[in-house]
Amino acid sequence: MQVKEYKPLIVAFCCNWCSYAGADLAGNNRLNYPADVKIIRVPCSCRVNPMFVLRAFQRGADGVILCGCHPGDCHYTSGNYYTRRRMALLFSMLDYLGIERERTRVEWVSAAEGAKFAATMNDFAEKVAALGENKRLEDLRCKK
Amino acid sequence: MQKITRDVLVEKAVSLLENGSVSCVLGWKKGEFDYDITPAVFESKEELVSDFIFDDFCGANFSKYLVQKTRKVEGKILVFLKPCDTYSFNQLLTEHRFDREKVYAVGIPCEGMVDIGKIKAITGDGISSIVCGDTIKVNTIYDESFDINAKDVLLERCINCKSKKHVAYDELIGEEGEVIESNRFDEVARLEAMTPDERFAFWQNELSKCIRCNACRDVCPACTCEKCVFNNPKSGVENKAPANEFEEKMFHIIRAFHVAGRCTDCGECSRVCPQNIPLHLLNRKFIKDIDSFYGEYQAGAEVGSRAPLVNYTTEDIEPCDVFERGND
Repeated sequence: MQVKEYKPLIVAFCCNWCSYAGADLAGNNRLNYPADVKIIRVPCSCRVNPMFVLRAFQRGADGVILCGCHPGDCHYTSGNYYTRRRMALLFSMLDYLGIERERTRVEWVSAAEGAKFAATMNDFAEKVAALGENKRLEDLRCKK
Repeated sequence: MQKITRDVLVEKAVSLLENGSVSCVLGWKKGEFDYDITPAVFESKEELVSDFIFDDFCGANFSKYLVQKTRKVEGKILVFLKPCDTYSFNQLLTEHRFDREKVYAVGIPCEGMVDIGKIKAITGDGISSIVCGDTIKVNTIYDESFDINAKDVLLERCINCKSKKHVAYDELIGEEGEVIESNRFDEVARLEAMTPDERFAFWQNELSKCIRCNACRDVCPACTCEKCVFNNPKSGVENKAPANEFEEKMFHIIRAFHVAGRCTDCGECSRVCPQNIPLHLLNRKFIKDIDSFYGEYQAGAEVGSRAPLVNYTTEDIEPCDVFERGND
């Protein structure tokens, strides 16, 4: 039997205006970041409903990261301030339920910070890979 | 144990009903057993006199009933509110969920309600009669009788009562109370101090008891959406017995999150839970976090206050800094 090498699945919610462009810049500059990171483009980081994060874990993500414009730079003026409050509470709650805290993260990445995007993803992927598979929030029905 | 008697309330309700200032009364009605008291709408003096009840099992919070009732009923509705119920009342007003003009709120004092689960833990099943008082007298069908100190079997929310003060009323029976210091966050702090593995085991144990009856959602005065996300069969958390551990975790996280910042900590969710899951610990975690990150906030303390999750400051704590709060 062939044993599959473990590769973490990471879902990154990136805001259209800053972080998604930051990811683009990382690509243009030929900066490496893990292919395990699956980017989902959202109009603004505050589009991310807490349920999206849980849904990602349910469908087999090992880590979820949210990237948005730096506070104060939101394309819609204040969206990321709301994200900040929401995610602070949600991640604190996940921690309270005993979910490893390294599996969730919020990072502010601007369109000019391609290098930061790549560095963040490398670091996050490494930490998630060290934790191994997400057992605590998996859903057996969604197992392939 | 309650200082005011049923007769005072019935007299009040009858006089308001008869002089036409209210058209119906929201109150507690006798159930099949002495302890299963249900919320009911009374429309006549006869009903009130025969069925109205007020004793140590009247935990039900009527605020939520006003949302639907004020739309259907012509004229005013008389509602009896205990101090903790008035916070939910204010919170619903803040959210414009019902018309204040259609409600006549009578504040009544509360000495704490008792938990039938705790009584049954002492007496076992088969309770034939219960007489309330400082000492609760319980008789069972097996000819056993028990004398239980009411203070020993209080509901969790009453042990850690946060306020005896009515924050909203048209008329008050009894004296005005005070907001009191409680230790309601002690249990949350105890859990926070555990290791993640212990916390996970604790919640796994508690939440896996969930049968997805949705009673916590249905009773919650903050959950008043007419279309609920959990009614969607594609939500991944359908209304059925849990297929695995994830389902109830997702349900309970989202349920608690939906009321974060609006939860008045009335404790109804834990009271109605047929599996005795300490759901208030999830809500209190959010309240504790909100208090420590964004400043003390009591939902429902005043009408029109802005909930923390629909507000922000430019100096808010970063989500990644949240964990370094000395509970490592």
